[in-house]
Amino acid sequence: MNTMNNKMYSYYFLLPAAIIYFLFFLFPTLMSFFYSFTWWTLTDWEFIGFENFINFFQEPSLRIGFRNTLFFAVTATTGKVVLGLLFAVFLCSKIRNRGLLRSIVFFPVLISAIAIGIAFSVMMHPTDGIINSNLAKIGLNGPNWLGEPSLAIFSVAFTDIWRGVGIATVIFIAGIMAIPWEYREALKIDGGSSFQEFWHITLPLSRPAMNTVIILALIDGLRNFDLVWAMTGGGPGFSSDVLASIIYKQYAGGFYGLATAGNVILFLFIALIAFPVFKFINRREVDL
Amino acid sequence: MSVHYENKEEVLSAGAAQKSAVRFSQKKTPKKILVSEILGTLAAVIFFGVPFYFVFINSLKPAEEAAQMNLSWPNSFHMLENYKEVLTINDGRLLLAFFNSTIITLFTILILIIICSMAAFVLARREGLSKKLNYLVLIGLMLPPAIVPTISVLQTLGLFKTMPGIVLLEGALRFSFACILYRAFVATIPRELDEAALIDGCGPLRLFFQIIFPLLKPVTSTIIVLSSIQVYNDFENMLYFFPGADNATVQLTLYNFTGMFGTSYHYLFANVILISIPPLILFIFFNKKIVAGMTAGAVKG
Amino acid sequence: MKKELMAVTCSWLLAGSLAGCGGDGGGEASGNDAGGSSGNDSVTLSMLVSETANLNGIEAVAEAVEEEHNISVEIEQRPGGPEGENVVKTRLATDDMSDLVLFNSGALLQTIDPPENFVDLTDEPNMDRVHDSYKETVTTDGRIYGVPANSSQVGAWLYNKKVYDELDLEIPKTWDQLMENNQMIKDAGKTAVIASYNEIWTAQLPLLADFYNVQAEEPEFAENYTAGDAKFADTSAALRGFEKIWELGVEGENFFNEDFNATTYNQGMEMLATGEGVHYPMLSQVLPIMEENYPDAIGDIGVFPQPNDTEDINGFTVWMPDALLINKNTEKMEAAKQWVEFFISKEGLEIYADAAKSIGPFVVDGIQVPDDAFEAVKQMQPYFDEGSTAPALEFVSPIKGANLPQITSEVGAGIREPQEAAEMYDDDAEKQANQLGIDGW
Repeated sequence: MNTMNNKMYSYYFLLPAAIIYFLFFLFPTLMSFFYSFTWWTLTDWEFIGFENFINFFQEPSLRIGFRNTLFFAVTATTGKVVLGLLFAVFLCSKIRNRGLLRSIVFFPVLISAIAIGIAFSVMMHPTDGIINSNLAKIGLNGPNWLGEPSLAIFSVAFTDIWRGVGIATVIFIAGIMAIPWEYREALKIDGGSSFQEFWHITLPLSRPAMNTVIILALIDGLRNFDLVWAMTGGGPGFSSDVLASIIYKQYAGGFYGLATAGNVILFLFIALIAFPVFKFINRREVDL
Repeated sequence: MSVHYENKEEVLSAGAAQKSAVRFSQKKTPKKILVSEILGTLAAVIFFGVPFYFVFINSLKPAEEAAQMNLSWPNSFHMLENYKEVLTINDGRLLLAFFNSTIITLFTILILIIICSMAAFVLARREGLSKKLNYLVLIGLMLPPAIVPTISVLQTLGLFKTMPGIVLLEGALRFSFACILYRAFVATIPRELDEAALIDGCGPLRLFFQIIFPLLKPVTSTIIVLSSIQVYNDFENMLYFFPGADNATVQLTLYNFTGMFGTSYHYLFANVILISIPPLILFIFFNKKIVAGMTAGAVKG
Repeated sequence: MKKELMAVTCSWLLAGSLAGCGGDGGGEASGNDAGGSSGNDSVTLSMLVSETANLNGIEAVAEAVEEEHNISVEIEQRPGGPEGENVVKTRLATDDMSDLVLFNSGALLQTIDPPENFVDLTDEPNMDRVHDSYKETVTTDGRIYGVPANSSQVGAWLYNKKVYDELDLEIPKTWDQLMENNQMIKDAGKTAVIASYNEIWTAQLPLLADFYNVQAEEPEFAENYTAGDAKFADTSAALRGFEKIWELGVEGENFFNEDFNATTYNQGMEMLATGEGVHYPMLSQVLPIMEENYPDAIGDIGVFPQPNDTEDINGFTVWMPDALLINKNTEKMEAAKQWVEFFISKEGLEIYADAAKSIGPFVVDGIQVPDDAFEAVKQMQPYFDEGSTAPALEFVSPIKGANLPQITSEVGAGIREPQEAAEMYDDDAEKQANQLGIDGW
């Protein structure tokens, strides 16, 4: 049967994607890896071996960067997966205003990161911000969300969840909607409850969607820095630096070889986390 | 939370007893449901709406008021002035940017849909091959494009600073995202379908384009929405790979207002609102498709 | 199998050709003006400027040039700051530079290799009118590559004169007097020193603006620093800059506004305009912004140099204007040179100054500060006349570490002590020296 099928799945289907992907992404990326072993000014280069890699590991805020990258990715991924699934289930149910609500949940995805960064910096202002001024009304003394070194990265992660949960929700909705109705009918006839429907049908059968959300959110979280940059600039001091913002600062500072080496290291770091996760969740997929 | 899936077929095909059971469960607590729905809607509106309200309300204010950056109601409304200025600054650069960004987005999506669905179909069906290639696909999510080498490639091909160039590049950079989504959803389509098609005498092309691709409608809609927003809102790649005064794109227009005189927040926010409208329309349109496509997706293996 | 392949290729080609059609609109426009620059035909020059440049002034001059010489300019904006530097470097590396370029003078100009990329302007007319202090910042190996694109400006202490009158304060001549003023302002319930760390680059000002004092006490510092022989951490005059930030900051006398971490550049200006904050260590480029946003308050804004510990040293640290450069590979060399010549002619600069109020004295002979200049600019003029000015360190040494904003913000916030901060910055500068290929580090 396999041989019969494989004929139907022609390799030529891969060709257009392979050409574009290789030519415009993989090839230039491989080329750039070469520069991680050089002193590079964009116009001129000189081979210096592993010096860039050694220097990168001596970056003063590197330890903070690794820690924050992990905190950020795990927090943001968990938030997006859990909230996205709940929203999706809720928004697939027979509630009124469903269309409106879907748009509202998705709206943050449409707005540019710059505007989101500004809006949240303002709302998280320690005294005038809407969050703390409302906390004050009920007698609570809100923290300095972005100014407190230990808190800043989580405040940014929260903003990232707010911005990205719409994407997760849309993917989950598509996944839930793809579940054949027959399964639910069968359960209903057996007299199953809504919770059982969620637990025995929705959750396992939307696993492809779940896996996709997890892997996309995780990788995105590990290399994300635009919100960090817009909201804290990596500060106060270096306390909310993530790996990608450290590399960005190096590139911006003109350290092109060093920044390229940083990218190689970041890539290996992401691969080290994402590949096993990918393998694990895909094995579960096959088990089903 | 009580969950009731909306589906006409469900009601039509279900037995009478079950129908009444569904009705019964709804009748039991109609008020409770209504209240929780209203509360839920309200919570969502506040949670997701406040930052949007912030951007919008400040886009209506005069310069000094907007510079204070708070949520208060404007003392005087400058909506017309602000939006007119945003639309006309630099000889209407924003309109050109709308045009450019729309064209780029449109063609990128067209290419993405075709190449990614085809590739994902084969990747999902051929498990042995897929395992190795998956990692190669994932790399596209992990690494930012290498700026100078990429420009060199574009220049060699004579595509630098051209629409086809930026379209192909965006296609390459968004490939992984769309391919992974497609792959996950092809996996939900039973192989029995392929075999049935084969027995009916379908070739690979007919199998894919006439049978599989229509079944992928929901995820295609999802990808259209998500990828087009990524392309449309792209800032970094447009800045480096599509430079030139005539090559304005929407995100770069925000720079019109962060210049010499500090940031002109009233204009900046008005600009943000304006450039968010096309993707919003797109979303509202395809949001219905995502759901509508689903009922057609029921598999009658 | 062949048939399938054909079909796939066809659908692929279709997609490709469609993309091609869509592209024509954009491609044409950039290709059109490449050729004709001969005879009486009008010429269009492209010009890449930072978003932070004063477009009013440039556009006014551009209009005049177009009338006179039939040379028009198409301005393309790029981001300011490090992101913009990358754009410029990328475009130079990929041979895609505009005809005219506006870029920083001093240290940053040296990072883009002027002799390799820009036209030697040493022997151009009007060059003798440009002040030597400016020429030094655009010179490589004895040749001059740029002309000033604006007036100069100072990094100094802007203050609110109204509050100074109310509290009966005098302009401080020493650091101690400044600290006394600060204390009295704080006692009066106002913010003594505005810090706007939300935009982190603003945190560097008290260090950078201290360079007049460093230079006065250690005249050789810049040279030795470039050679790698002098460091911030072991030169007491240079270390003072970090110490001064510390003294003003949270762990020092705590003169900052309460929410300094969340305060933006714009909010800093507003505090100064309303008198809620009384001192703002800043560049004088804020003056036209403040005039635009708070027209009633601009007359109350004054400026004094960052004081030294002793009274006998007192002068402004000057930021040199951006340089206007010509792309060495431009196909419209004549037109580009004509444009630049007009720009720095007396007529050109007067048109510029009319359209854009200057933020400091010009660095070209024969251009006077007009009567309607900002109060603060008038206060600067005597210092310039008697020569009590020095260019900021970034204009006399190519080495500037990339992490200075973060490091100074840590000092102000009381996270890192001055000595440690200075050592960290020295390490940072060492990296920059290595990247620039400077010996001795």
